[in-house]
Amino acid sequence: MEPSFLLDEVVPALNDGLVLSLLLIIPSACLGLAMGIIAGTLRIFGPAWSSELAKWYTTIFRGTPLVVQLFILYFGLPNLGIYLEPYLAAVIGFTLCSGAYHSEYIRGALLSIKRGQVLAAQSLGFSTWKTMLCIIIPQALRRALPGCGNELIYLIKYSSLAYIVTCIELTGEGKILASKTFRFTEVFMAVGAYYLALVSLATLGLQKLERVLAVPGFGKNPS
Amino acid sequence: MLDSLIVVRDALPYLLEGSLVTIGIVVGAMGLGLVAGVPMAMAQVYGNRALRLLVAVYVWLFRGIPVLVLLFLFYFGLFSLMGLNISAFWAATLVLGMRGMAYQSQIFRGAMQSLPQGQLKAAMALGMSELKAIRVIILPQALRLSIPGWSNEYSIVLKDSAIAFVLGTSEIMSRAHFVASRTYEQLALYITAGALFFLLTWLGVRGLRVLERKVSIPGYAQQI
Amino acid sequence: MTDNTLLRVESLSKDLGGKTILNDVSLQMATGDLKVLIGPSGGGKSTLLQCINLLIFPDEGRIWLGGREVSFRKKREVLAFRQQIGMIFQDFNLFDHLNAMDNVAIALRKVKRMSRLSAEKRATEELERVGLGDKRGLYPAELSGGQKQRVSIARALAMDPVLLLLDEPTSALDPELIGEVLSVIRSLSQRNITMLMATHQVGFARTLAQEILFMEHGRIIEQGHPMTLLAKDNPVASRTMDFCTKLSEIYGESG
Repeated sequence: MEPSFLLDEVVPALNDGLVLSLLLIIPSACLGLAMGIIAGTLRIFGPAWSSELAKWYTTIFRGTPLVVQLFILYFGLPNLGIYLEPYLAAVIGFTLCSGAYHSEYIRGALLSIKRGQVLAAQSLGFSTWKTMLCIIIPQALRRALPGCGNELIYLIKYSSLAYIVTCIELTGEGKILASKTFRFTEVFMAVGAYYLALVSLATLGLQKLERVLAVPGFGKNPS
Repeated sequence: MLDSLIVVRDALPYLLEGSLVTIGIVVGAMGLGLVAGVPMAMAQVYGNRALRLLVAVYVWLFRGIPVLVLLFLFYFGLFSLMGLNISAFWAATLVLGMRGMAYQSQIFRGAMQSLPQGQLKAAMALGMSELKAIRVIILPQALRLSIPGWSNEYSIVLKDSAIAFVLGTSEIMSRAHFVASRTYEQLALYITAGALFFLLTWLGVRGLRVLERKVSIPGYAQQI
Repeated sequence: MTDNTLLRVESLSKDLGGKTILNDVSLQMATGDLKVLIGPSGGGKSTLLQCINLLIFPDEGRIWLGGREVSFRKKREVLAFRQQIGMIFQDFNLFDHLNAMDNVAIALRKVKRMSRLSAEKRATEELERVGLGDKRGLYPAELSGGQKQRVSIARALAMDPVLLLLDEPTSALDPELIGEVLSVIRSLSQRNITMLMATHQVGFARTLAQEILFMEHGRIIEQGHPMTLLAKDNPVASRTMDFCTKLSEIYGESG
């Protein structure tokens, strides 16, 4: 690939796409994690009806392809008179799908915390709220980190599906440029490189985070 | 509402045919992943430095690049560059298979490395060559240990197969899209497509669980 | 009710899962008492202790601490009540994500709202008192069973409780570690700390307890001073005596 093509056409186009990709990834990651925390916590601590609801949410959104979910949101909802913009449809889709996966990790993390610690906290006079905040959440966060971090990496990659709902981020820009110039191989190798960079950076960041939060002996399995 | 159900009912045979295509893609991809993933894992565990590096780079590439990008890259780019005239179906199967290799090799590698290494030594002490020992002692156990990971991989590949619709394959999603653009019953049809995927996931996971039970050894893997 | 009655429990009953775990249990403790609950597993000892500090709410019965009756209803009162009673668990229940000092300090900071500095100072003192001052930076996973239990004792004592409940504190420990925990508990009794302890350590009970209460099937069957209850030449063969003899055979005399 000549440097001029790379610099004059590919990089500017992909940079535009990158901006939109980040605008898709960051809100979806935060909202998805929040959803996951809510759903996972409800599964364990919530009243029976909310626990059941969370279970169905998780099962459906983990059991069907993200493609289908995006299609339903963008192409299907208009049948009901609901018209979502591409960006909104994408973010909602990513949030709901990602949240379902996060909730499983959170649920597993909460379950792995020994119940006796709750008793000890109560016997010291901790209120329920304080117990959650000071004892349960710090531990659950650490246990859930590998899984949730993994899910974040998946989100970065699956954000490429925004193309399907006509949201033109990295992949979309690549497709447009490639179709225009017929240089598919080069353009998509560049697109791939961009994603690789994002994924690798995120992976390194998460590894660092895991190291920073590590507590001796506090591994995946409860002692 | 009734109209939607009628449209769905009429389209169902067509969609179900699409399930066969979907299953074809998934089976092909997982098969490729398995057949090539096992040697890759062995290369990583027992191979020399160059081999290990090669595998590591391959895994990094195919786990780091999104499926959609890989599909575009290979179907519109690399395959035609190489002069290959591959159908959408096979392109999708190959790409998902290559990606599957990357993931499955890691599943298998984890399984192999979790086995107590003393077994290999014992086998060699009995006179087996390293290769034979690996084939006869390590592989059967590692394969069993990998089944849960495959179950997970199956559901991922199944869902990713839907992305292949962008290439115009004839699987569930493409067909749902086709019917929807003619009947305008998008919501009903895509929900049906989702239900089909859900069913296929459920059946596959169930099937793998049966497989796990059938090949299980009493008391095995409890100590790991 | 005499003046130095610290704890009074009257007619506690509790059903769990359809089974009667506690059946009309009453007891009293004076300041400085060390009383021991002995009996077979499932007899209700653990449930009784957890009812006394309201980790479990009894179905029936009343509790007085220091002359004041405790209301089960009011949440804030329950929390304040629990602060006055310390509990030591069989499984230690240390907070896994905190080192020894933070384990002791966290309730001081979050419940008693002490400043970080004063909480850590107090925590260090308590840890030194149980002989673990130099281990305060270690995490639970890095401590032996006996050390974990001593940390949990420090954690409970840092709250200045008027009463300490101990639920089989040495049952989860390897034999060689039991001694270090029992010696800490002995030093507590010498400091006149009021304690109610469920245990299998008969020898310990015999030497230190003011009273032994034998619990079986949710009731207190026998109670009395160890000398009377466990006297070898007691003409009436007591249930307690039978049980304790069996225990001594299994665990060997220790304490």
